[in-house]
Amino acid sequence: METGLGPVVSRRSVLLSTAAFLIATSSRRTTAKTISGVLPWEPNGGNPPVAAKLGPWEFFTAEEGRAMEALADRIIPPDPQTPGGKDSGSAVFVDRQLAGGYGAQEGLYVRPPFITGAKNQGTQSEGGPRKEYREGLAALDRACQAREGGKRFADLPDDRKDQVLKDLEEGNLKLEGVDGKSFFALTIKDVQTGFFADPIYGGNRDMAAWKMIGYPGARYNYLDWVGRHNERFPLPPVSMTGRAEWTSNNSGAR
Amino acid sequence: MDFEQLWSPVMARILPKKDVVIIGLGWTGAVMAQELTDEGLDVIAIERGPWRDAPTDFPPSQMQDELRYRVRHELFLRPDQLTFTFRNKVDQQALPIRNWGAFMPPNGVGGGGVHWNAEMWRFLPSDFVLKTHLTQRYGADFLPSDMTIQDWGITYDELEPHYDRFEYLCGTSGTAGNLRGKIMEGGNPFEGPRSRDYPTKAQPQPFSHTLFGKAARELGYKPFPQPSGNLSTAYTNPLGLRMGPCTYCGFCEWFGCSNYSKASPQTTILPVLVRKSNFTARDNSEVVKINTDRSGKHATGVTFVDSSGEAWEQPADLVILSAFSLFNAQLMLHSGIGQPYDPATGEGRIGRNFTHQTTSSVNGFFDHTKFNFNPFIGSGSIGMCIDEFNGDNFDHGPHGFVGGGYVGQVQTGARPIESALTPPGTPKWGTGWKNAVRDNYLSTVKPGTGVHGSFYAYRDIYLDLDPLYKDRFSRPLMRMTIDIKENEAKQNRFLTDKFAEIIKAMGAASLAKTYRTAPYDSTTYQTTHLNGGVIMGADPKTSAVNRYLQSWDVSNLFVLGASAFPQNAGYNPTLTVGALAYWAADAIRNQYLTKPGPLVDA
Ligand SMILES: Cc1cc2nc3c(=O)[nH]c(=O)nc-3n(C[C@H](O)[C@H](O)[C@H](O)COP(=O)(O)OP(=O)(O)OC[C@H]3O[C@@H](n4cnc5c(N)ncnc54)[C@H](O)[C@@H]3O)c2cc1C
Ligand code: SF4
Repeated sequence: METGLGPVVSRRSVLLSTAAFLIATSSRRTTAKTISGVLPWEPNGGNPPVAAKLGPWEFFTAEEGRAMEALADRIIPPDPQTPGGKDSGSAVFVDRQLAGGYGAQEGLYVRPPFITGAKNQGTQSEGGPRKEYREGLAALDRACQAREGGKRFADLPDDRKDQVLKDLEEGNLKLEGVDGKSFFALTIKDVQTGFFADPIYGGNRDMAAWKMIGYPGARYNYLDWVGRHNERFPLPPVSMTGRAEWTSNNSGAR
Repeated sequence: MDFEQLWSPVMARILPKKDVVIIGLGWTGAVMAQELTDEGLDVIAIERGPWRDAPTDFPPSQMQDELRYRVRHELFLRPDQLTFTFRNKVDQQALPIRNWGAFMPPNGVGGGGVHWNAEMWRFLPSDFVLKTHLTQRYGADFLPSDMTIQDWGITYDELEPHYDRFEYLCGTSGTAGNLRGKIMEGGNPFEGPRSRDYPTKAQPQPFSHTLFGKAARELGYKPFPQPSGNLSTAYTNPLGLRMGPCTYCGFCEWFGCSNYSKASPQTTILPVLVRKSNFTARDNSEVVKINTDRSGKHATGVTFVDSSGEAWEQPADLVILSAFSLFNAQLMLHSGIGQPYDPATGEGRIGRNFTHQTTSSVNGFFDHTKFNFNPFIGSGSIGMCIDEFNGDNFDHGPHGFVGGGYVGQVQTGARPIESALTPPGTPKWGTGWKNAVRDNYLSTVKPGTGVHGSFYAYRDIYLDLDPLYKDRFSRPLMRMTIDIKENEAKQNRFLTDKFAEIIKAMGAASLAKTYRTAPYDSTTYQTTHLNGGVIMGADPKTSAVNRYLQSWDVSNLFVLGASAFPQNAGYNPTLTVGALAYWAADAIRNQYLTKPGPLVDA
């Protein structure tokens, strides 16, 4: 086996691989630099988050988007105090994540060979989340049409939707060509992640989830509160872009 | 793409020679650079990731972003750039870790110091002479036959002054438990003797911590505040750098501190180091090989590739490898320095005694009409712990295992994606889930650390090069073969049950108890305390570096970091890692530079 690097790195392979690496990282400077004498600091050298944009689906087709919103609303059903997954933006969140780095498996190791291994060896799929959603949503609709009188998932009444999801969760409803159980687990994870993430990413609209649980959000200083025990923290949540009341032109998707 | 086809010689451009080249500018690289530049040497540090600092990379306007920093772990190495393969057993096909799970390798200036919790523990005196101690107390037959634990070749007393230096560098907040042999009320009565008190007093404790302390005391234990590098108060360190008090922002581990309150190379060393005329750093540059001369016994410098794909050679008289434990082992293997370990024969040095940390946790769900923990108020290492069940602080005779750990409540900040928990039996979605999340968020105790147990070494847990998978330079990935052995599983069951008793006694209505069991799972996070692979010791047959962290094979190469641990104790590693860096620096300054060559005869 070749061990030492010796003369094995070709300039081309290095260039190819680092080029890919540069795209993968965000707006931040990624060119190598020599630092001496002073701390390197450039004006506007920061790397603020990129907000989800308003507008049409970026990854989902219209039909997929409808299914996703229906799923989001069953995973997080609306109630009188708090909106559900659909109105709080979880489907938009998942769409923007799939269109972005998460969907593209940015930064992950995606070199072959792809060999199926034990579960504790982690995912070994080549396609990543984009493929899982594309195939999973289509297979879910096909399964519903076959079982629920020709109806797609989004068109089912809520109690039938819940039954379908329960069967999926328990492995009693098989999807064609897709592991339905793990597809649903992935969907739950992503939808709930969107519910609790900062609203800048498209979910958790108006900080609905944070208000619901009593999480004050992107605050930074609890010096006065660490010693106050068993007392409810009184201030409402703030997001990274503040609160709607603070500015007429609040950014973030809504 | 066929990578083999692309292999051809590369012409690295040669840079002017330096006295010292440091590989990796994280915790140990920064400590060593500071020490050797003080000695007047011309030092260059080469760092794989970018320069990072609070104003640009973790300002308070954007740092509180759980999705970006915790879920997508932006501050960490991309597996794309470098990863490992993993398997449990020697006869299994290892597969690549395509996305991080069990641990999260640091990347960028400051290394793990940027986004660690800063839980700052000393190891027990007996930890350093573990093999001798356990065999004397229990007999050799008490140890599993495949366990390969060793003594360190250094004692607690020798390391104590260096523990002290790293604690004072960081401004560590804590309550002393053993001052020069005198047991102190309110501190950890099991710790080794310390020469002076902590630099700053312990952090004030939130509600759940005071409940934990009360319950533990009532059960007969001696709880104490966890030693913390999140400072309780303003502090000026020995280099003149000023740190502010922690504001309990709750975005600590996984995140950088906007507040100059968490000890890191950025807050404790770099502003002084960078201003020195005999120091230079290069960022976004990955060292790919330590070069040696024809004899293979003398390092001539390093080769690195910068982010535009240019390869460079940096010649130097002294090479410091401080790239984090795993990457230390990987670079030793890729550079062909030291004989690789072979589990079949038990021979070879590099890759030997690879270990992790045996952790688990118990979440407590309390009646929300009576308890409100404000769990979002926290810091990475604010904690209330007990040490009764660590190391050999208790008689293992009746239990049939060795090792142990501390257990404690550490409220690190309940960021909701990760911390919206529900009691056992709750549905995972739907109205039942939603209601349970609403009712439980403020009244759940989710210990950031929980059970923090030792991980001892075994003959068939090791590191070597993978025969199949390659990195972006077409080099073989490093392969980890690791499992949870019966001894560790027993230890964890014992500790987790003890911990659960305390959480129950706090008044929890229900508990979610999770044991660490076999097989080792590469997909669930278990700390980034990976150790061994380039271990220290007194015998060159069973260690890769001598007691001064100097390579037995190449005497002008020193290897810093937890790669030197012969096995892991039941504590977080970094205070010991930092102390060892000062200890090695001391040996270089006071012994090696006057007479370069092996400091210990092989
Ligand atoms: C989330 C998290 C929480 C943690 N919490 C704690 C805690 O509470 N208490 C504790 O004791 N420890 C903790 N740790 C561990 C701690 O971060 C490490 O022990 C510590 O940083 C090790 O110091 P080091 O110098 O060995 O490595 P690092 O500080 O990681 O520095 C190594 C540097 O080398 C660079 N490097 C690697 N390979 C190369 C290469 N080929 N070329 C150039 N540069 C390279 C890396 O990019 C990195 O910057 C935590 C770690 C993580 C990830
Ligand atoms: S919890 Fe404290 S030390 Fe940690 S990041 Fe926040 S302010 Fe800094």
